[in-house]
Amino acid sequence: MADVPRNLPPLSLHVPEPKFRPGDAVDFAAVDVPPAGAQPRPDTAADPASFHDLSYTLVRVLDDAGRAVGPWDPRLDPDTLRTMLRDMALVRAFDERMFRAQRQGKTSFYMKCTGEEAVAIAATHALSRDDMCFPSYRQQGILIARGYSLVQMMNQIYSNSGDHLQGKQLPIMYSSKDDGFFSISGNLATQYPQAVGWAMASAAKGDTRIAATWCGEGSTAEGDFHSAMTFATVYKAPVILNVVNNQWAISSFSGFAGAEATTFAARAIGYGMAGLRVDGNDALAVYAATQWAAERARTNQGPTLIEHFTYRAEGHSTSDDPTQYRSAGEPSAWPLGDPIARLKAHLIAIGEWDEERHAAQDREVAELVKASQKEAEKHGILGHGLHQPLDSLFDGVFEDMPWHLREQRQQMIDEEEASGRPWARKA
Amino acid sequence: MNMIQAINSAMAVMMERDPNVIVMGEDVGYFGGVFRATAGLQEKFGKTRVFDTPITECGIIGVAIGMGAYGLRPVPEIQFADYIYPALDQLVSEAARLRYRSAGQFTAPLTVRSPFGGGIFGGQTHSQSPEGIFTHVSGVKTVIPSTPYDAKGLLIASIEDNDPVIFFEPKRIYNGPFNGHWDRPAENWSKHPGGAVPEGYYRIELGKAAIVRPGNALTVLAYGTMVHVAKATVEEMGIDAEIIDLRTLVPLDIETIEESVKKTGRCMVVHEATRTGGFGAELSALVQERCFYHLEAPVERVTGFDTPYPHSLEWAYFPGPVRIGQALKKLLKD
Repeated sequence: MADVPRNLPPLSLHVPEPKFRPGDAVDFAAVDVPPAGAQPRPDTAADPASFHDLSYTLVRVLDDAGRAVGPWDPRLDPDTLRTMLRDMALVRAFDERMFRAQRQGKTSFYMKCTGEEAVAIAATHALSRDDMCFPSYRQQGILIARGYSLVQMMNQIYSNSGDHLQGKQLPIMYSSKDDGFFSISGNLATQYPQAVGWAMASAAKGDTRIAATWCGEGSTAEGDFHSAMTFATVYKAPVILNVVNNQWAISSFSGFAGAEATTFAARAIGYGMAGLRVDGNDALAVYAATQWAAERARTNQGPTLIEHFTYRAEGHSTSDDPTQYRSAGEPSAWPLGDPIARLKAHLIAIGEWDEERHAAQDREVAELVKASQKEAEKHGILGHGLHQPLDSLFDGVFEDMPWHLREQRQQMIDEEEASGRPWARKA
Repeated sequence: MNMIQAINSAMAVMMERDPNVIVMGEDVGYFGGVFRATAGLQEKFGKTRVFDTPITECGIIGVAIGMGAYGLRPVPEIQFADYIYPALDQLVSEAARLRYRSAGQFTAPLTVRSPFGGGIFGGQTHSQSPEGIFTHVSGVKTVIPSTPYDAKGLLIASIEDNDPVIFFEPKRIYNGPFNGHWDRPAENWSKHPGGAVPEGYYRIELGKAAIVRPGNALTVLAYGTMVHVAKATVEEMGIDAEIIDLRTLVPLDIETIEESVKKTGRCMVVHEATRTGGFGAELSALVQERCFYHLEAPVERVTGFDTPYPHSLEWAYFPGPVRIGQALKKLLKD
């Protein structure tokens, strides 16, 4: 504290505060939702400096009547639209069942992506199968859209004997190299520079594949976000940097990541990068923006930052209770609606879908998830027995096991034998 | 060759042999590195294989991990080990864990080169020895050479290794060995056998120590600059010490250490790094556990003090011949 008296007004510290807390009535009128179709679609070779307006608006394709309008309409065929709709329904059904599995004590942890299904699924459909994805923990839709086995996902969640990650990772921290899905880390935003590095390697090798990465708006505050943005522009890396702005980072509203002052897409401008801000609950807008950014990357025009403006409709994780920090009225009042309902309405509006087929599909995906769960549980659930060979705990720290790990492995085996516990070691 | 030339040669040899080896870091490209370790490499191998980076250590390592996941074999440089801390999350949480957490689907075959250690009036942020931070992390290897010959052979082995390697280069001995007498003329590598470095490919296996001076009176465990300081000190004092240059801290060559201490019955650990929680504590504990009935005196640790690295009082801080000499007398007094 200054001990010399000064004739100045006292400073005050601004600490952001969300608009609505538990018990508050919700009114999202202040959220600026521009009309669908009104946003221009620049050439993919456009100068990054020209993206100011696009990074402060919302690219939207689906209007309130479910029609696809404006220059961003990706003009997808009905089969692709139906596939995206089914993938989104499947992710939602999967999430619900796995959330319940956690509540039933079958696993330790789960995270849903409810309300954000379009962000991962529509983007994945706009990428090539061999483009490399560096997701955060809330893009399980990438795996679903790439046809990854639901049973495998569940095996990972259960850490059972079928788990390709040998029970080493927390549930939902999937990894599938064959599906272009990078190993998920618990440490936020670390995948951002990694994706840029992968893209730089692809470019350095004269490859044609690009990389895409995702982080939440909360994680943009990490230093890795800054370094990734810098590297991406310096080397014009063929990468798509997605920020999923779902308004909440656990209990912190997006204001704590800087959203009171600007948009996340606008961060691109300062780095000299193309930036798009997209209605994240509009699968067609997400698809179109990703397709645009992919083309920009593939033609050596450089990286794109895409902010997906969406809403985390449920708790952060099974360990979280959102009613403790936000109004229960928020999810239903969210002005951009629900991504599944909106794509469904579009398909119905163009005469390619109906309520009966939708209801049948919901039953079908629920049955599929249920059957997959049954199959996965044949390989065990967390806590019921030892699903991995005990000594596998030491595998993969290094390529070859050094002496100190061999000694510790022996110690563990000796302890196990001395303990008399019923955990028979499996070979 | 001096150590810089040997390190440069190792990178050139590996870039020639493996098109996936790339070199990156602050000032390493056109300029050839602030210590000249990468001089000429960009000219020879091109800008897509040897390039300058923005000043962001977390970015350098994060990007290198992504390149490794693609299939490259990156050799990123961190200009001074004192500046590796912004990259700790990427090194500890990502590079070190990637193979384990993905059950081998993805690996991080990086070799992170970084000049380290004091004795050059580098003050607080150009002198540190943070090896103990990395030896504590499961999944990374830590390598520290003490001669040009070893530097090249160990660096080639590190680059070829499929696990992440932290390769600390003792910058005090880049140009010549150092006996700890800062007030005497500097030496250069031309008169030291470790300065004879073949032009082509050779490797020194990681995890193997070198007995740089055989002896019977006691065992000295050291690495980097301190190998030379310890060797000069025991020779000046006429002590028949066995000096082991560990070369690789993780994985450690425990057999060579055990065999030596069981023979001599006494052990001294020397490092520049601060004492508390330093790698010397691990070495001391291992010797005590494995050689207890052979020990005739407590294990001595000669280290930097538990202070930030000072500027003007460098030679009072540095574990030089006087501190080592007193520890030797204490260790041998019975």
